[in-house]
Amino acid sequence: MSRKTFLGGFLLVVLLIAGGGSYYASSHPDGLEHVAETTGFGHTAGDSAASDSPFAGYSTKGVDDARLSGGIAGVAGALVVLLLAGGLAWAVRRRGGRPDDQVDETTAGQSDEHAGERRVDSPSEA
Amino acid sequence: MHVPDGFLDAPTSLGTGVVAAVGVAVALRGARKELDDRTAPMAGLVATFVFAGQMMNFPVGAGTSGHLLGGALAAVLVGPWTAVLCISVVLLVQALFMADGGITALGTNVTLMALVGVAVGWLVFVGARAVLPKRLSSIAPAAAIGALVSVPAAAVVFTLLFAVGGTAPIAFGTVLAAMLTWHLAIGVGEAVITGLVVASVTAVRPDLVYGARPVLERRELEIRAGRPVGTPNPEAGA
Repeated sequence: MSRKTFLGGFLLVVLLIAGGGSYYASSHPDGLEHVAETTGFGHTAGDSAASDSPFAGYSTKGVDDARLSGGIAGVAGALVVLLLAGGLAWAVRRRGGRPDDQVDETTAGQSDEHAGERRVDSPSEA
Repeated sequence: MHVPDGFLDAPTSLGTGVVAAVGVAVALRGARKELDDRTAPMAGLVATFVFAGQMMNFPVGAGTSGHLLGGALAAVLVGPWTAVLCISVVLLVQALFMADGGITALGTNVTLMALVGVAVGWLVFVGARAVLPKRLSSIAPAAAIGALVSVPAAAVVFTLLFAVGGTAPIAFGTVLAAMLTWHLAIGVGEAVITGLVVASVTAVRPDLVYGARPVLERRELEIRAGRPVGTPNPEAGA
């Protein structure tokens, strides 16, 4: 499987989970919430300052249908994470691809009929 | 495991905020060694997967649920330093846009899930990988073991923080017992999800699994050393 096919398939699976699968998630309190309630410190939880966000609580403000509301919030959140985490990773990465990535570019260049002319220029670029 | 505002007092939240900031700063330096043109897009996808995975609460009995923390999963797929960044971004987006986990508690949540979850998950994975046979098929079980331990470890650290700066006077042992019981059960779910995802990626593109690199490098060296040029490859078709 090519890297692009793999990454595209991975993204599709993630968006399906965030946009559709999450509707079927358990709505019970999670481990920490349960422990907080049963041992007696649940009442100390405060409202988040972000509780007015349009996607607060993984639902979309103004959308009544639960499936659609959760789906939009999930996909929107996933895309924000993709943008921020992908952008951050791209910004801190080591510059320059690995040799096996550059093979593709070289092959593409050779299939071009003007490849010979370009090759004359390339040493000065490097 | 997302801690809301109010569970911990201000000094403790400030303390975990400093720990989280230092941890993320160190991870920014460390991640440079793990990320290149090929793996950077993978890091973005892994963070997105953890975000989606954290929405999928699974029942663990008695009206309680758990969800993926993703520290071990991300560490095995993209490397521990990058994993700290991935989980931190997920927690930031959840706190700011989803109101999941408090904003003053962001440092606490980064400390618990991005630092403790990744560190414990990765170190236990490395230990398990060293003990298990040096094969590609050992990577997913080793990742599952790391995931299994990472969840109760984060639960224990929360309990310690609560003992120091909890805003309600609850006995340490009471909180510890309850946190450990539930998060051992959630750890089993974490292990199953982590094992399945790592096994799937390893089956398709083992070269994109950071934690599999020592096994892959070893395998390539063995093939080249054991077979003179021109003779049939004894491992072909295996």
